[in-house]
Amino acid sequence: MTALATQSLVTDELLVQLKGIGKAYKKGKEQVNVLSKLDLDIRRGDFLALMGPSGSGKTTLLNLLGGLDKPSAGELMIGGQRLDQMSSSQLTKWRARHVGFIFQFYNLMPVLTAEKNVELPLLLTNLSSKQRKHHVAAALELVGLSNRAKHYPSELSGGQEQRVAIARALVSDPDLLLCDEPTGDLDRATADEILSLLQTLNQQQQKTIIMVTHDPRAADHARHILHMDKGALVNDGRVTDTGH
Amino acid sequence: MYYLQFLLSNLGRKKARTILTVLSIMIAFLLFGLLRSLAAAFDQGAEIAGEDRLVSINKISLIQPLPEAYLPKVQALEGVDKATSANWFGGYYQDPKNQFPQFPVIAQDYFEIYKEMITLPEEQMQAWKKNRIGVVIGKALVDRFKWKIGDRIPLMGMFPREGGSTTWEFVIEGIYEAKSKSADTSAMLMHYDYFDEARQYGKGDLGWLIIRVKDPKQSAQVAVAVDALFANSPAETKTSSEKDFAKSFAKQFGDIGLITTLILGAVFFTMLLVAGNTMAQSFRERIPELAILKTLGFSDLAVMIMVLAEAIVISLIGGLAGLFLAKFFISGAAESMAATLPGLSLSTTMMLLGVGLMFLFGLLTGITPALQGLQLNIVAALRRR
Repeated sequence: MTALATQSLVTDELLVQLKGIGKAYKKGKEQVNVLSKLDLDIRRGDFLALMGPSGSGKTTLLNLLGGLDKPSAGELMIGGQRLDQMSSSQLTKWRARHVGFIFQFYNLMPVLTAEKNVELPLLLTNLSSKQRKHHVAAALELVGLSNRAKHYPSELSGGQEQRVAIARALVSDPDLLLCDEPTGDLDRATADEILSLLQTLNQQQQKTIIMVTHDPRAADHARHILHMDKGALVNDGRVTDTGH
Repeated sequence: MYYLQFLLSNLGRKKARTILTVLSIMIAFLLFGLLRSLAAAFDQGAEIAGEDRLVSINKISLIQPLPEAYLPKVQALEGVDKATSANWFGGYYQDPKNQFPQFPVIAQDYFEIYKEMITLPEEQMQAWKKNRIGVVIGKALVDRFKWKIGDRIPLMGMFPREGGSTTWEFVIEGIYEAKSKSADTSAMLMHYDYFDEARQYGKGDLGWLIIRVKDPKQSAQVAVAVDALFANSPAETKTSSEKDFAKSFAKQFGDIGLITTLILGAVFFTMLLVAGNTMAQSFRERIPELAILKTLGFSDLAVMIMVLAEAIVISLIGGLAGLFLAKFFISGAAESMAATLPGLSLSTTMMLLGVGLMFLFGLLTGITPALQGLQLNIVAALRRR
């Protein structure tokens, strides 16, 4: 895994385009601007780490990129589709097809086994039960948890739970993986394992990954690092190339 | 299949809470089954009453008699196919607890007027007619007292005999059976002539008249004609359909339907609050999980249906258990109460009504959390994680 070899996997095709994106909330009578006039392009196959202090707007940006929220202003285009113009139900369908989410606290369904958790997104497809099982097995194998398929989240370690969450995010083969502090709840060694896994997914499966993190060591696993502060990109959005 | 497993897994997440919720719903539907069966048994007389039969009583009240002379006059009225009479004997066997209905009647006429409901073998009818102290009894009495044809039965009557004794002795000459499943076979029928001759007072008095009309569509007119015939007489009549008569008779015990409806209403309202609160609590605990489902791409409607389905399934599990338990108890009690409350059963119609109520109950308890699921804001819900 060399920098040269992996660099070539990032295509010239723009997957994400943000133009003048703003996001404001009403807090009582006061309007709080979380993001303002944000411009950003992300290429397909990139692995981007979003860093910044708490309240800088990282998670809000991630929510917009994931179609969980809509911008108050600006244009948000992903894979050629204008998310800012989509209705709530269109966004729901779009999420099911195009995005995989990985959260800090894994967010698995505690009453479902690992394989059933991974199968959840596939219920929204037209796949048969047999096909779903095949996809689930492949996803669990990819994250190295084939032998834990029948285990419930409570029977897994934190790292294993996060691997299941990654398998769930991958199983429907989305264009974009969005990770919100994916290692925030893990010890260093386990965090490194998870980050290596994300790196592998980026390099071998060509998954575009956007990861929000506070941890500079986690960010080092990305190809590029983008810093945010007070709802804007630091240094006019210039990225730090990590050399991966 | 996946969704069903998911739903059942959710129910099993806090087993004690689910079991308690199911138990409270089960008790509500157990009460529903028992009370509705009782109410239906009380109302049964009205349900099985013939459309072509009228009952004429003294306008003052059922316990006031009618003169014997009324019967031929009513029989002669236009539109009347047949008329007969019955009296209340009001006796018991050995112990005042052994009460059952006894009616002095005109043998052939009575069976003819109720021919679609009860039947007596012809040879037993002939034997009964020949024996003045003969009686015929229903199958339920045979089962209750193990009586058989030829047994001499002493009854303590509320009417004293000539000479002052209240002990009446009868001989069983026949056993009548029900033709329709719901007909009452808990009564004893005796000869009116014998009863009238032997009683100390009230001779010539009839309890009520039973009138079969030629055309059921003319029932109302015939009823008016009967009452008009005896208007301004010392014993005016009140004639109504047998169904209305049976209903007003049943109301002597109180309005069972209203009582059971009030009890059920109170129980259901309480259960609704308990189960609704439990469902809402269960939902609140799972808001982040519902948000995750939405994040993964499940629609608002899908999430709402999942929540509603869970509420309905809980209601169905508890409700069906309660109804089947009620059916079990009712089946057990039906035989021993056949004489006092014939027709006690939990009907299929009542079971279906119960299932409908379970769905309604599930919908009502689930609708608030389901709507909250529908309106759930993903970003806000995930922040609660």
